[in-house]
Amino acid sequence: MGMTRREFTQLLLTGGAIGWLGSVLYPVISFLRPPRVPEATVQAVKAGLESAFAVNTAQIVKFGRKPVILVREESGEFRAFSATCTHLECIVQYRGDLKQIWCACHNGLYDLKGRNVSGPPPRPLDEYAVNVIAGEILVSRMA
Amino acid sequence: MADARKGAPLAARRGGAPAGTARRAYGWLDDRFHITPLIDFMRHKRVPVHRHTVWYYMGGVALFLFMVQVASGILLVLYYKPDEANAFESVRFITTKVSFGWLVRSVHSWSANLMVLFVFIHMFSTFFTRAFRAPRELTWVTGFVLLCLVLGFGFTGYLLPWNELAFFATKVGTDIAGAVPLLGEPIKVLLRGGEDVTGATLTRFYAIHIALLPAIFTAILFAHLLFVQRQGMHEPEYVQRLEPARRKTIPFFPNFLLRDMLLWLLVLNVLLFLAVFFPWELGEKADAFASAPKGIRPEWYFMFMFQTLKLLPAHVLFVEGEVLGIVGFGLLGLAWLLVPFWEARRKPGGRVRPMTLVGVIGVLYIIAMTVWGYLV
Repeated sequence: MGMTRREFTQLLLTGGAIGWLGSVLYPVISFLRPPRVPEATVQAVKAGLESAFAVNTAQIVKFGRKPVILVREESGEFRAFSATCTHLECIVQYRGDLKQIWCACHNGLYDLKGRNVSGPPPRPLDEYAVNVIAGEILVSRMA
Repeated sequence: MADARKGAPLAARRGGAPAGTARRAYGWLDDRFHITPLIDFMRHKRVPVHRHTVWYYMGGVALFLFMVQVASGILLVLYYKPDEANAFESVRFITTKVSFGWLVRSVHSWSANLMVLFVFIHMFSTFFTRAFRAPRELTWVTGFVLLCLVLGFGFTGYLLPWNELAFFATKVGTDIAGAVPLLGEPIKVLLRGGEDVTGATLTRFYAIHIALLPAIFTAILFAHLLFVQRQGMHEPEYVQRLEPARRKTIPFFPNFLLRDMLLWLLVLNVLLFLAVFFPWELGEKADAFASAPKGIRPEWYFMFMFQTLKLLPAHVLFVEGEVLGIVGFGLLGLAWLLVPFWEARRKPGGRVRPMTLVGVIGVLYIIAMTVWGYLV
């Protein structure tokens, strides 16, 4: 073997130092990563009575831990989209004057099909299904 | 060093030494810790006097405001509760029920903003007087790291009252971190303590704000001040070219230090005026299911970046505008950090100083974007 005692000792010490550092850092970094908390998958939520929902308005509905924006168009039809802006995750709002969905943070605009039409948002909003059953509004995931 | 231990303590031998108990206490300490050489060092240290001397005081003001931050922060910690259910209410309790709570909170918020302002002024004055040049490269680098830490203090502290503005600023800010290629997503989850901004984020930001950042900041500040002490104040080029007889200086101790402290007193007065007559607002409690309110904006020192991101289109070629903006700011920050190592010098006979141009463009961009951000 072409290794001197000094080189061997250096290798041993360097390896030991790296191993020691790893054994300290690994638990610390693992501790910092938050554990995944199991969450019940929500498929549908009730969003109130159709009769109580004025046209050309919107409201934010809790869909599990996610906000969903439910809009009633002037035609009386309902539409629901993820309320999280695809730009930087602010929660969007409905602008009755523009008949569009607007993000106040960076001035992003979406039309009533959820498409990003102006400003920085790079993608459309995810759409949710809306059904009215016996006068009650039901928002559910798209099939 | 050794002569300080011979015979009577140096303070006792010096004519103007403090009298009585104070003199004995000084002598007792001096015998053990050799304080006199330190005072002699300060007495012999001299600070250049020229038409740009005023900029020497900016770092000291930032340091003073940091001390105010520490003191007022310690007081706030006594009542603040860092969890989703109680954070907002505890700040309201501080401002409405605790004696002088409104003042302490307002001083903390105002001094934070003034500190950022003075750190920026200090940085740009260092840049424009070329104080970053060899042998002071590491003073610049540690200073830049301190600026980043100050912005980190601002960002984490902003969330702690758990109000609407802070909630969305944190959502946007952490999402920006998430847009960094490759490492972004794990960093975002690490900062937020989960996928979304929740009470877990608040607790983490609190820990970062009052434990992690102060520890790192103190260590780097110590290095920064040590470098300044060892190398002395930088003199602008035109002063360096003067004959030694025409270069004016004053002693650091007591002349410069007393002027420094007089300025600190003035800044303290301004701070108290602002805190008393313009108390910091608390706003509305954060609601994770409410739309971002109209007119939402970050702290003024993030405004130029916020406004830039607002103006970028959804896509630039194949890259998302947001990613382009964040990577662009990251690269500019890196270039700024490394200024001493790539500085472009004026060509012989040239009229334009390239670095002055870079600095002026940088300052004008920041000011223009900030003003625009507040106007629209």
